[in-house]
Amino acid sequence: MELQITWFVLWGVLWAVYFMLDGFVLGMGFMSGFLAKNDTEQRVLINTVGPVWDGNEVWLVTAGGVTFAAFPTTYALMFSNLYTALLLLLFALIVRGVAFEFRGKMEGLAWKAAWDKAITVSSFLPALLFGVAFGNIFKGIPMRNDFNTVTFAYDGSLLTLLNPYGLLTGLLFVMLFAVHGSLYAAIKTTGDLAKRAENMASRLWLPLMIVAVTFIGYTYPATRLYDNYLKTPLLLIIPVIAVLSLLLIKVFTIKSELHRAFIFSCLTITFVCFTGIAGLFPNLIPSSIDTASNLTIYNSSSNPYTLKVMAIVAFIFVPIVIAYKIWIYRIFRARVTNEDVLGDSEAY
Amino acid sequence: MDALTLSRLQFAVTCMFHFIFVPLTLGISIMIAWMETRYVLTGDELWLRMTKFWGKLFLINFALGVVTGITMEFQFGMNWAEYSRYVGDIFGAPLAIEATVAFFLESVFIGLWIFGWNKVSKKVHLMSIWLVAIATNLSGLWILLANGWMQHPVGYVLRNNRAEMVDFMALITNPYGLIKFGHQIVSGYTVAAFFVMGVSAWHLLRKNELEFFKRSFKQAALFGLLSAVLVGVIGDFHAVEVAKVQPSKFAAMESVWNTQRGVGMNLFMLPDEKNERNSVERLFIPNMVSILAFHDPNAEVKGLKDFPSDERPPVLPVFLSFRAMVGLGTYFILASLVAVFLSRKKNLEDYRLFLTIILLSIPLPYIANQLGWIVAEVGRQPWIVYGVLKTAAGVSKNISAAQVWVSLLGFTVLYGGLGLIDIYLLTKYAKQGPDNDLSGIIKTEGRN
Repeated sequence: MELQITWFVLWGVLWAVYFMLDGFVLGMGFMSGFLAKNDTEQRVLINTVGPVWDGNEVWLVTAGGVTFAAFPTTYALMFSNLYTALLLLLFALIVRGVAFEFRGKMEGLAWKAAWDKAITVSSFLPALLFGVAFGNIFKGIPMRNDFNTVTFAYDGSLLTLLNPYGLLTGLLFVMLFAVHGSLYAAIKTTGDLAKRAENMASRLWLPLMIVAVTFIGYTYPATRLYDNYLKTPLLLIIPVIAVLSLLLIKVFTIKSELHRAFIFSCLTITFVCFTGIAGLFPNLIPSSIDTASNLTIYNSSSNPYTLKVMAIVAFIFVPIVIAYKIWIYRIFRARVTNEDVLGDSEAY
Repeated sequence: MDALTLSRLQFAVTCMFHFIFVPLTLGISIMIAWMETRYVLTGDELWLRMTKFWGKLFLINFALGVVTGITMEFQFGMNWAEYSRYVGDIFGAPLAIEATVAFFLESVFIGLWIFGWNKVSKKVHLMSIWLVAIATNLSGLWILLANGWMQHPVGYVLRNNRAEMVDFMALITNPYGLIKFGHQIVSGYTVAAFFVMGVSAWHLLRKNELEFFKRSFKQAALFGLLSAVLVGVIGDFHAVEVAKVQPSKFAAMESVWNTQRGVGMNLFMLPDEKNERNSVERLFIPNMVSILAFHDPNAEVKGLKDFPSDERPPVLPVFLSFRAMVGLGTYFILASLVAVFLSRKKNLEDYRLFLTIILLSIPLPYIANQLGWIVAEVGRQPWIVYGVLKTAAGVSKNISAAQVWVSLLGFTVLYGGLGLIDIYLLTKYAKQGPDNDLSGIIKTEGRN
């Protein structure tokens, strides 16, 4: 059964890396309206993510593809049960990508203002919806599955997802990404804009902390995530790293060591995801009404042969992907300045 | 309409919309990589300006191709959950591999290509566009291996109430998928060649930047001729494969009702599905269908009547799409042949009628691509996995017709709007012509 566990870990890592990477693009996106004071600054912000946003989004496509290939039953039920939420998510991601590309393709204030609004909304919505979706996955969704007769029933709707715990997780994601995106803007821009972004990250930290503490507390009555931690206390290292990283964001923000603060913001997001996912094990999506209906890594996985083939592919290619992504991030490590975007016809 | 019909409609709408952008990307990325190669090798600035101009049009097109692709992946789970659960074990693999091996490469290096002009050396920059071009085509390979499996399932067994993979090599060497991939990429190249020829023709008709657009036209004409011929050649092998493994689709393509040897072809005919015959049959070519099907004039071709009526695809749309596609394919070979010939003349811009025809031909390869997919997908019906699973059994059971109405409407409105903006921007930048000022790039290029 080790293959299923390998794939569970990889599944968790893909989602965590996706949230860490797209987190700052989404966060920058919905914070840009508060950070940029004019068109040039807005362009600077968009251009900080210009070379990387597309590559970051592919982690989502890969996470989706891996769910399909390794846990097809989970893929099928996750995407169809959460139909309307995913639809909204899809629309938002489509609009966001197009907005980056099209905003600079025409002059005119109305054109640009319209795309700026589009960027704000289409960045905010995925942050919120991913949070709501994962909150509900942590909590379990009202499904009744019979794996012997292959009959699956879902008794929920978009409104069922908007329960207090789902919304709280949505808020947590929004706050995490807001701080993450502001820190990214602070280390990738210069002058007033960078200063404004730094102040924003600093000011948003306390609200984030409050939401995070509430989330940690409310998770106990709302979910069964803590069962695994009670069983295997060693796992507690994961949430401890998450909380420590969150505290260190503040420490380094105060010291104005923003690159470090950003690294800890990356760690916070990654380990918040790991905290939830480690708590789920061996479930991928629990049922809120019947534990026999839980989608686990055992009852929803592909056969061992497929898992093995896919593991070989993943262990060869994911490191290669990581290597060239790091190389690209290094090439674009410089801050983006006003002069950069004004003098470059290729810039967004 | 029920959730099944609506989901099928939605899949058709979103897939066809996605496929407006993909074929151009497949071909124009290679053409641009070639232009930049010539620039790096010769230092001739005209090649650089060509790279930049066609590159801009490529990127406007590329953005929509990427974002509408995510819909395709999500939709299998959202609308086709039963299908996804049943085949995910084997069908999910090529999709996951596509993301890991190809889509990452493409998306990461397109960023370097767009923003890297002043950041990396000429050679590294050139490498990035080649990686994008290769990755885009590689992406197509995995997607067509996935589709090839739906058309001709191999390497699986049915157990545990689903199709499980037992032979990965069979999946990736599935001749159906490989031939289809070959047919598809050269079809994409044809779209790109006619796009570049058409836009160049518009400028040549106005005597704009003659040297620039003559050179562009010449490259595209040669690329177009080569591609269009290959579309036909590979298409012929593809038809043989279809006749072999999807006899019901082949019978619908040629509207053959009765099983017989040495089947001939009527150049003009019209299927009459209700009476299981053809209502019009004119200009008979003996043995032609048998030759197309098995490269043998006396081969036996299975007729539609040999299939139970609930296992036949809708004949009329498959037949008409196939005929129109082949007709257009023939036109592309002839038109690009003339284009190659005229592009070698000094006064290409004086052939105004031909240039006008080429300009008006821009949409035709796009249409031919869509028609080809109608043949492939409607011709596969009523199966979602040929011979294994019916389309009706693949739809999600836990979604309501109302939900799909909303999503279908949403997609239609969103895609309609984005499509209009895209066409507007493409036209605007295509008409604007190439940028003259390259000082920014040349000055700082190759800094490190």
